Amino acid sequence: MGFHDRDLKSFVTAVGDGIEHIDLAVEGVRCAGCMAKIEKGLGTVPGITRARLNFTNRRLAVEWKTGELAPADVVEKVAQLGYRAHPFDPGAVAGAEAAEARRLMKAMAVAGFAAMNIMLLSVSVWAGNASDITPETRDLFHWLSALIAIPAVAYSGRPFFESAFHALSNRAVNMDVPITLGVLLAVGMSLVETFTGGRHAYFDAAVMLLFFLLVGRFLDMNMRRRTRAQAENLAALKGETATKVLPDGSTRVVPVSAIDPGDRVLVAVGERLSVDGIIETGKTEIDQSLVTGETTYAAAGPGDRVYAGTLNMTGALTVQVTAAAKGTLLDEVNTLLEAAQTARSTRLALADKAAGYYAPLVHTAAALTFVGWLVAGAGWQPAMMAAIAVLIITCPCALGLAVPAVQVVASGLLFRSGVLLNSGDAVERFADADMVVFDKTGTLTSPEPTLVDPDAIPAETLATAGRLALSSKHPLAAALKAYATAPMPGATEEPGQGVRAQIDGVEYRLGSAAFCSASPDQVGEAERGTHSLVWFRKGDAAPLPIAVEQGLRRDAREVIEKLKERGLGVMILSGDRVEAVDAAADELGVADRRAGLKPADKIAVLEDLSRQGRKVLMVGDGLNDAPALASAHVSISPVTAVHLSQAAADAVFLGETLMPVVTAIDISRRARRAMDQNLWFAALYNLCAVPVAVFGFVTPLIAALAMSGSSVIVTLNALRVRLMAGKLEAPRQ
Amino acid sequence: MNVLFILIPVALGLGLLGLAAFLWSMKSGQFDDLDGAAWRAISDDDLPSEDKK
Repeated sequence: MGFHDRDLKSFVTAVGDGIEHIDLAVEGVRCAGCMAKIEKGLGTVPGITRARLNFTNRRLAVEWKTGELAPADVVEKVAQLGYRAHPFDPGAVAGAEAAEARRLMKAMAVAGFAAMNIMLLSVSVWAGNASDITPETRDLFHWLSALIAIPAVAYSGRPFFESAFHALSNRAVNMDVPITLGVLLAVGMSLVETFTGGRHAYFDAAVMLLFFLLVGRFLDMNMRRRTRAQAENLAALKGETATKVLPDGSTRVVPVSAIDPGDRVLVAVGERLSVDGIIETGKTEIDQSLVTGETTYAAAGPGDRVYAGTLNMTGALTVQVTAAAKGTLLDEVNTLLEAAQTARSTRLALADKAAGYYAPLVHTAAALTFVGWLVAGAGWQPAMMAAIAVLIITCPCALGLAVPAVQVVASGLLFRSGVLLNSGDAVERFADADMVVFDKTGTLTSPEPTLVDPDAIPAETLATAGRLALSSKHPLAAALKAYATAPMPGATEEPGQGVRAQIDGVEYRLGSAAFCSASPDQVGEAERGTHSLVWFRKGDAAPLPIAVEQGLRRDAREVIEKLKERGLGVMILSGDRVEAVDAAADELGVADRRAGLKPADKIAVLEDLSRQGRKVLMVGDGLNDAPALASAHVSISPVTAVHLSQAAADAVFLGETLMPVVTAIDISRRARRAMDQNLWFAALYNLCAVPVAVFGFVTPLIAALAMSGSSVIVTLNALRVRLMAGKLEAPRQ
Repeated sequence: MNVLFILIPVALGLGLLGLAAFLWSMKSGQFDDLDGAAWRAISDDDLPSEDKK
């Protein structure tokens, strides 16, 4: 890919003082050596003022003096060093998430500082209570604790308070409601104790609870950001750019986010469309498989509508970009998608479900304690104390960490085996799945074309054709490229027709039937079945047809067997023709198959399945799968999927194989077991702790021990999930 | 117990110092690339010249 002919100005931001900045996603960085090589290599280029590679997210930030070099020079220089760099759309870099992470980190730091210092004072009080502390000293320590705790809780507790308030104003209960209540009550009661010179203050418990929970939340956030960064890099590597035609007729490559409806873009042969639009000039064939699932190419000309994600096969086009129009496929998909996503937002995550059981139980127990002590003849003040002690000791530290801690560990494991999660609670839904529904095209089949029968073609011919194919940008040529290493010298491509080269006076041609002058009889004979044809001709010899199709992924059959072994039902839903679907399903041994489905039909099948009580895992990549991905119980997309589908799915998997689907299920099931264990442990803990609190035996020391003890146990149990890393099916990518 | 009036402020002051140091290091971007920092420490000889200043 030559970047030198591309104008990358749209990716550059000015940072002031005549300095320009570009962010690049870099492929192939593996170790410190790469990092030093790139930074040092760029450091020697005159004009570059700064080059810094972030090893965590594999992004390179480069700054230079305006006018001294072009951004393409930077990419070129990185390429000379042996790495592929892709410009990063400045509009796509998520700023809000980074700010949120910073806020969490600050809250965690403040809570940590406060917890340490209050603990310092509390331990002295506990020791003093056992020996000879004077009430004056104790009061002083309580006052100091209050002075530290109140601002710290007000600051660090905000993420929880806000979330709890939000849930309550929606008339729902989430885990943050009992946390907020517990913290506020603990601080409030301790304040009263401090004012009245009492013995028991729980500032340490309240602040420690916040600290532990913030650590959990911060780790969760970090994992998610890491995943997101990887996904953003992939988007940059896929080059979601468009060639915009400027009013003066010149062209410029811009990020897709800089394209507006009404703009005109050029689409070269072999290029994937990144926008929806109407063809203005040019005639071509369009591979719509990523959009409709159909594998036959559709002819398109001026006035025809084309969609983002389709592949332009045979002719260069000028496309007028349109906004989402009514009555089109895309519109239908969007409507279905919205409906599915609304339905999904009502789904309760496991942690919130637990909170729904937990909150009323504990709050009733506290109320009963209050009433019980009153009936037993205690004054309302001691009764209140006992009731609040119940709320404090049951304060859901273990419960609050039970699910998130496992999620962090599981998503870390998934990340390493090539599965990027979009949503944290997807783990528990992956574990629930009892049926896997596959899309065919691009999911079960490999997104790249392969030869139908490589053995039928002489090896020598295959090698020559492969060398020719290396000089072609045509998508079908990819099938042959694997059979050669060096391109043919002097090979030239005629866009939309084929490649030709002269060797020792003999002309070799690879391309369409017309380009290789195949006779209509030959064409008629060869064009049978579901595959596409590439023709090869050596000199004046008879042209040879080479059949190419989108073959099954190499581990598709194995994956289906493994899924069946695990007791999962398997089904294929495809938008492709019946024969094509049947052929694939027979080869894979899948009895349940439906062909020729529209997006709405796919949803109807999924709804039918969910009415039968099946929990469906949907695997799909096309635009037509997006609504189904959003409406399924849980869903996953290959990284080659269209953007809309990736956004609708719960997870994205990397690589050429389907095995990550099995891995995702395995890890999630293991994680789900750990979550259940943690929840049961939290319940058991409360069962023991509540009676102690009800009878008024709780002291701040017991509260602190119980709370940290239970949190540590829950966290350790979550870490046990990691132990399975060695037993996974898929090799590390 | 008068020593408390010195020790407690000292303890709090040290704690605050730590907090301030953390917030400062966070603001100056030292937590942005934790993996990279680990590797850079190993290969300090071949860092680009501008970092050696």
